[in-house]
Formats: sequence, structure tokens, C-alpha cells
Amino acid sequence: MEAHVTPAATYAKVLGVLLALTVITVLAAGFNFGSWNVVIALGIATIKASLVALFFMHLRHDKPIGAVIFVTGAATLGVFLMICMLDSDARTESAVRPATRDAGAPALSVGPSPSAPERRSPESRRLP
Amino acid sequence: MSTAATPHGEFLQHHFTTAEQQADAGKIGMWLFLVTEVLLFGGLFVGFAIMQSLHREAFVAAHHQLDRVLGFINTVVLLTSSYTMVMAVHSARTDRRKRVVVYLLLTLICAGVFLGIKYVEYSHKFHEGLLPGRYYSHKGDSVPGQFMFFSFYFMMTGLHGVHILGGMAVILWVLRRAVRGDFSHAYYTPVDLVGLYWHLVDLIWIYLFPLLYLIK
Repeated sequence: MEAHVTPAATYAKVLGVLLALTVITVLAAGFNFGSWNVVIALGIATIKASLVALFFMHLRHDKPIGAVIFVTGAATLGVFLMICMLDSDARTESAVRPATRDAGAPALSVGPSPSAPERRSPESRRLP
Repeated sequence: MSTAATPHGEFLQHHFTTAEQQADAGKIGMWLFLVTEVLLFGGLFVGFAIMQSLHREAFVAAHHQLDRVLGFINTVVLLTSSYTMVMAVHSARTDRRKRVVVYLLLTLICAGVFLGIKYVEYSHKFHEGLLPGRYYSHKGDSVPGQFMFFSFYFMMTGLHGVHILGGMAVILWVLRRAVRGDFSHAYYTPVDLVGLYWHLVDLIWIYLFPLLYLIK
């Protein structure tokens, strides 16, 4: 049991901030910040999620064990997501690179280009 | 039946020494369960992120089929329900038994409104043939591969909707106990734990809304 009782007014203020941030995230989606779009959207979502966890889920005043468990899980997911994104970004780039090197080659050619080094032998490519 | 030393001793189970120990143990168990929920949804989020980075144009074209206004209203409804839920916990802790019932009822109504709006959204998509995988039959797409977005849309919002239904069931259970007058400052663990679960469902929607409805 937590010793601290959060006053009811605090919860109302947190709800107000959460609703304001929801409006901000919708308004921000109306502008184009290029590659920052997803960073801004997820950044605002993370601020909202933190407010819910800290105040509504009482992590701010509770014993730390709950926060330790929750943050460990969330951080594990973060590592999982980051490694997967690094992997998929690297793959898209390697498909584009041969085309950017030779000006004459068609963009995004899937087949092996003469300038790109063969990574696998023709035998292995024929395997299902 | 002999009454125990504490006024609400009837809720203290024999394998716990104190009510505080019992409440703490319950909370730790709930947090562990919530982490498994985060990882369950996490797999879908990571899959969505990978497919969206590989097929950005198809995902952006497909998300225009979603109604932003309905998504926004649902976000507001769910955030409000989180507030009424935490007020139910607060009322139990401060011994306002009637308010616990009122706030739990308000939370249930918000959950019902959320599912009602979801029903409107789903039936529109069913009607247009915007269905997952091989059931996708929407005509006139400008970018191929849009069915992929709807596979994720239905899996993620569907799993989230199932969690809302589960949440409504457990809120009904604590509501019954609140009407009976079980909860006070000395014992409110069930309301507290159902509250934690409900906030997690809200937390997942906080990420679903911008990712599905507002991507570019």
C-alpha cells in the first residue's frame, strides 16, 4: 500500500494535460516535418504514456518495484524495436546503393548489377 | 466467525502476515502480468514498424481510409475513462463508497462508447472491403499492397478491443463488490489492480492512435 494519497485535483490536471497533448498530436500531424513526423508523434505519445504511468498508475509515489518491472519490460521492447529497425533500414539501403553508384543503372534494380559484388554463388541462389 | 484484529480482517488471506504485504504482493503480480501484455502488443508494434518502413507508400495511402475524427473522439473517451477509473480508486482509498460505484459506472459507460465507435468504424471497413489479408476486396487503390495495413489495423485494434471487453468484465466484477461495500482505505486492492489494467489498455491506445491514424 502506498502511503501517499494524491489529491483528486492532480488527477484532473493530468487529464487536462493528456487531452491537450492529444489535440497537439493531431495538429502536428497536419504539418510535414519530413522524417521528424514519426519522432514527434511517438515523442508526444511517450510523454502521455509517462503521465498515465506516473500519476494514474501511481508509479511516482508507489514502492519502486512496480516501476522496475514495468521499465525493464518497456526497455526490452525498445531494444527489440531498435535492432529490428536498424536491420530493416540496412536492408533497404543495400538495395538502393548499386543504383546510386552507376548513373546509368535503373533505380532500385533487384537483380545483380555488374558493379555490385556477388554475395552468394549462383548455385545457392537457385535453391528454394 | 471470529473477527480478526484489523477492521477488514475478513479480506486478509491466511498466507499473508499483514494487509500491506498482501496488497504489495498483488501489485507485483499485476505489474508482471502487465509486462507480458506490453510484450504481446510489442510484437505487433515491431511488425508494424518493419512493414511500414518497407512499404511506406502503401501504408500512408491505406491510412487515409481511417476516420481521424472518430479516432480522436475515441482517444478522448479512453483518456476520460482512465480518469474516472483512477477517481474510483481514489474514492475507495478515501472511504467514499458511493462515489466508487459512480466512477466505476462512468468508466463502464466510456468503455461502451469506445466499443460503439469502434463498431461504426469496423462496419464501414467491412462494407468497403477493407479487410485483412486475402479477404481484402477494396477497388480503386492507387498504391498496391494496402491490404497489409489492414492486416495490422485489425489485429492491433482487434486485440485492443478484446482487452477493452475483458476490462469491462472485471470492472463489472469490482462494481458488484463496490455495491456490496467491500472497499475502504484498509482494503481496495481489487479496484487498484483493475485500475492498473485499465490504464495499460489506455496506454496502448495512446500509441495506436498516432501510429494508425496519423502516420505520414
